[in-house]
Amino acid sequence: MSGTAQLNVGSKRKRWSSDNISEIMLYVWTVLVLIVTLYPLYFIVIASFSDPYAVGNGQVWLLPSGFTFDGYKELLNHPRIWIGYRNTIAYTIVGTLIGLAVNLSAAYALSRKDLFGRKTITLFFIFTMFFNGGLIPTFLTIRDFGLYDTFLVLVLPFAVGVFDIIVARTFFQNSIPADLWEAAQVDGCGNLRYYFMIVLPLSKAIISVLALWIAVGHWNSYFNALIYIKDDALYPLQLVLRNILITNQMQSDMGTGEAAQVALRLANMLRYSVIIVATIPIMCIYPFVQKYFNQGVMIGAVKS
Amino acid sequence: MSPYTLRIKRTAARISKNWGLYLLLLPAVVLLLLFTYKPMYGVIIAFKDYNPSLGITGSPWAGFKYFEKFFNSYQFEVTLKNTLYISLYSFATFPIPIIFALLVNQLRHNMYRRFFQTVTYMPHFISTVVLVGIMMILLSPGNGLIGNIYRLFGAEAPNLMGSSGLFSSLYVWSDVWQQTGWNSIIYLAALSAISPSLYEAAKVDGASRWQMVRMIDLPMLMPTAITLLILRIGGLLGVGFEKVYLMQNNLNISGSEVLSTYVYKIGLLSAQYSFSSAINLFNTIINLILLVTVNQISRKYSENSIW
Repeated sequence: MSGTAQLNVGSKRKRWSSDNISEIMLYVWTVLVLIVTLYPLYFIVIASFSDPYAVGNGQVWLLPSGFTFDGYKELLNHPRIWIGYRNTIAYTIVGTLIGLAVNLSAAYALSRKDLFGRKTITLFFIFTMFFNGGLIPTFLTIRDFGLYDTFLVLVLPFAVGVFDIIVARTFFQNSIPADLWEAAQVDGCGNLRYYFMIVLPLSKAIISVLALWIAVGHWNSYFNALIYIKDDALYPLQLVLRNILITNQMQSDMGTGEAAQVALRLANMLRYSVIIVATIPIMCIYPFVQKYFNQGVMIGAVKS
Repeated sequence: MSPYTLRIKRTAARISKNWGLYLLLLPAVVLLLLFTYKPMYGVIIAFKDYNPSLGITGSPWAGFKYFEKFFNSYQFEVTLKNTLYISLYSFATFPIPIIFALLVNQLRHNMYRRFFQTVTYMPHFISTVVLVGIMMILLSPGNGLIGNIYRLFGAEAPNLMGSSGLFSSLYVWSDVWQQTGWNSIIYLAALSAISPSLYEAAKVDGASRWQMVRMIDLPMLMPTAITLLILRIGGLLGVGFEKVYLMQNNLNISGSEVLSTYVYKIGLLSAQYSFSSAINLFNTIINLILLVTVNQISRKYSENSIW
């Protein structure tokens, strides 16, 4: 890939070839993209440490102004945020474990060419990607099963991810050699023992990738909770965030006068600090699994 | 023994030989049957006057009453127009991740490239609620970033989030901001699978960098791009509920009411179950028709097909 570099060494004298110009433009482009990507996020970070009046007056551009931790202190006055936090951690852990168990096993079974009825069963899965009962029939079903407004509704009924299954199936097909199963059979190893003792330990890459996808999905989703959860005590973090950031419920119960001014100021600051606190954990997971996002796994997705 | 019983026996033997695999499939199959296939049966309430006390089966038939009601309503034109407009708009940004991947693929400095990729993947991990929250903060005319920029030039900032005309642009471009890096992963993976010998051969022939991108990289990305394109078209009327609903407010509603938000409001907020299901079914069927048609066309002209 270092074609131009070699060519330049060969020609010794530096000159403005069209390749040099395109190289410079390429890097200018990346810097612009980095600024556009990072600045909005950076702004939220510095604003969370700034006095809200300074933010409102346009004094906050590159560094915090009127440095303060008040926004973060204010977080402590809202138990709903912490209940939501605790709930989301529980939904994410339980939901990810269930999702991994369900999807990986299905994917492995479907990856085996000697599975009788493989085509039909695959179709049974794929069909759900393109057709579903829709909001109300699904809602009625959930209610009939007594799952409405329960912890379980956010982790179990919608645990099957057909796309995840397809990606994992392709991974198993490509990276677990078929001879391995034949050898295991000769040694008297059954399907289940083979799957748990041999296939899974060989599949750390796909397990990490699926775990990341599913966990991020649980951490960030609010749709199912909006539809199926009524009880505040079961609210996931994203619904609490929605109330704070979008529907502004924190401001609606304020009076007037000086106390209201203080409350308004704190509510304003809360919007910044809550974004930071809610987003940091999920951003921190990514670097740990990044190494598994190598070509191998993604190629599986490309092919399927 | 008749050939028929022989066949059953052989099938039974093939199943029992791998019974463990069926056990592994069981949880996913049961969940889909209960929570995805069972509601498919419930779709018939779109053709009924659903009454909770009579249940799905017991409710009287209503034929196409609710479909007609929707087609004749004022909301039909508005929601369909908005849904199509926003979909087509966001569909038009389809090439952006491809161009992005082609450019990233040109970065030779490995450390910088990895840093660049990590940073551009980051927004993908932000939740929709937080994204819309950030947009509201930055775009607020009172004390947002946009407000400050306008005041810097002595102008009064418009209320961008409350504009029905700008709704689609905000929706689409915030998506581009959030997802371009992430969506380019799949193309970068395809690019990294290209054999280096192709580039070497091109270099021997005196190809410039731009020529290699055009003649090697781009054609190699086409199969991936077409597959993703077909899937996108299948979802043309499936403008996501989550972000639209969050971005919606009384001021922009005429530009932001789409099929999925309307289905939610009619169904769960005003409890007109049959009416809502009819609109939902209409939406699903159009999507299905689009998907099959496009797939057929693609199969005919490019040998790319998703099934």
